[in-house]
Order: sequence, then structure tokens, then C-alpha cells
Amino acid sequence: MSAALDILSWFCLVAGGAFCAIGALGLVRMPDFYTRMHAASITDTVGAGLMLLGMMLQAGFTLVTVKLVMIGLLLLFASPTATHALAKAALARGLKPLLAAGDDPSKP
Amino acid sequence: MLQLASLGIVLYAFWILLSGYFEPFLLGAGAGSALVVVLLARRMKIVDREGHPIQMIAAVVLYWPWLFKEIAKCAWEVSRIILDPRLPISPVLVRFKPSQKSQVGLATHANSITLTPGTITVEAAHNEFLVHGLTRASGAGVIDSEMDRRVTRVEGYR
Repeated sequence: MSAALDILSWFCLVAGGAFCAIGALGLVRMPDFYTRMHAASITDTVGAGLMLLGMMLQAGFTLVTVKLVMIGLLLLFASPTATHALAKAALARGLKPLLAAGDDPSKP
Repeated sequence: MLQLASLGIVLYAFWILLSGYFEPFLLGAGAGSALVVVLLARRMKIVDREGHPIQMIAAVVLYWPWLFKEIAKCAWEVSRIILDPRLPISPVLVRFKPSQKSQVGLATHANSITLTPGTITVEAAHNEFLVHGLTRASGAGVIDSEMDRRVTRVEGYR
């Protein structure tokens, strides 16, 4: 039982680390500010989430797990707010996003 | 009144779970701190249906598993784009009208869009969201989406 939990927890930690690395790679490869933010959002959703899950599996039913859940909830509310604030500030200051050619799919 | 009581209970539980000590002095100090924060929040008039939406809790907890599934799916797609040597992105800005009525519902919808990799809410107003999408498909996907319908159901506006 504990061996299976350990393996599952290692899997989560390694997968979380891999997604963080992919996010970092995307941050370097993407062409402009807004597309880079998309790459960063992989790091702080799946990357951080899987790592927290792996650590929860290691901690078991303890107060440590409760604190990890609180960190997860904080990320769930704080990271989209920060991303939104950053994108809105950039657009308000006149930073034009790089857009692909083609018709606008908007539906106002 | 219900919201104030709930806020007090949540704050006190937060204190106890973070401290992990059960000595009378610390339990008393926690109760005192929670009470002071509740009184301050009431004085600031931020404890209402919008500021502490207890009517949404059950529905939101049912909404989260679906949101996590969406986040995992989109993260997988964006990861594949990043690892693709051709980097097949087609960034778009999309405007559309969300179907939520309350501030807390709009905030939930905007945050959900930003949380899913590949889409970022740039502007969120009552009758219009401006969303930046990493690809044309992900940008067009937020218009009248299933997420929109689900958040409106969670909101349960009256």
C-alpha cells in the first residue's frame, strides 16, 4: 500500500516538475508578452498542482496536508487574478498583442 | 448575519489548522482574533452575498472537478504546442458577452478562463469579456462555452 502511494507520489512530483520545465521552455520560445503568459500559466496550474498533490500523498492525513490544500486554494484564486492584472495593465499601457491574420471570431 | 457567523467559523478554523496547538491561551487568542476580524469586516460592509457567497459553496465544490479536468486537458494541448518545433500558435483577441449577472459570478467565470492554459481574460466587464487566446481554436472556444453555462448555474442568480 505504502509502496503504491510512494510511486504515485513520485509520479506526481516528476510530472509536476516536467510541466514546470515545459512552462519555462515556453516562456523562452513564445514570441511576445501575451503568448509568454500562456506558457507561464502551465507552470502555476498543472506544475504547482501536481507537485502539491505529490507532497500531499507523502504527508498523508496530517495538518501538513491541510496546509498544502490551503496553498493550493490560494494559488487557485491568486494566480489568475495576478495574470489578469498583468495582462490588463499591459494592454492599458498600449502594448499591442501579436495577432495571427484572419477574421475576428468575436461575438459581442 | 448568517454570513458573519460563517466568516467567524471559517476564520477560527483557519487559525486552528494553521497553528496546530491546542493550548487554552492560543485557542482563546484565535477566537479573539477571529472576532476582531469579523467586526472589522462588518464595519467595512464587505460581508454580504457578494463578499462572502455561502450560497455558492456547494455548487462551486461540484464545479471544481470539472474545472480541473478542463485545466488538465488545456495544459496538455498547450504543452504540445510548446514542444512542437514549428510552434503552431495563432494568437487572437476575442470579445463576447458572458451570461452571468452578479459580480461574483463574473469573477468566477473570468478566473476560470484565465486558469485554463491557453486563454487569458484581459478585460472583464458586465456585458463584455476580452479574452486573449493562444490559438484561434482556444480563443473561439470561450464564446458561449460550456464553462459559461456551468458558472451561470453555480451562480444561481436571483
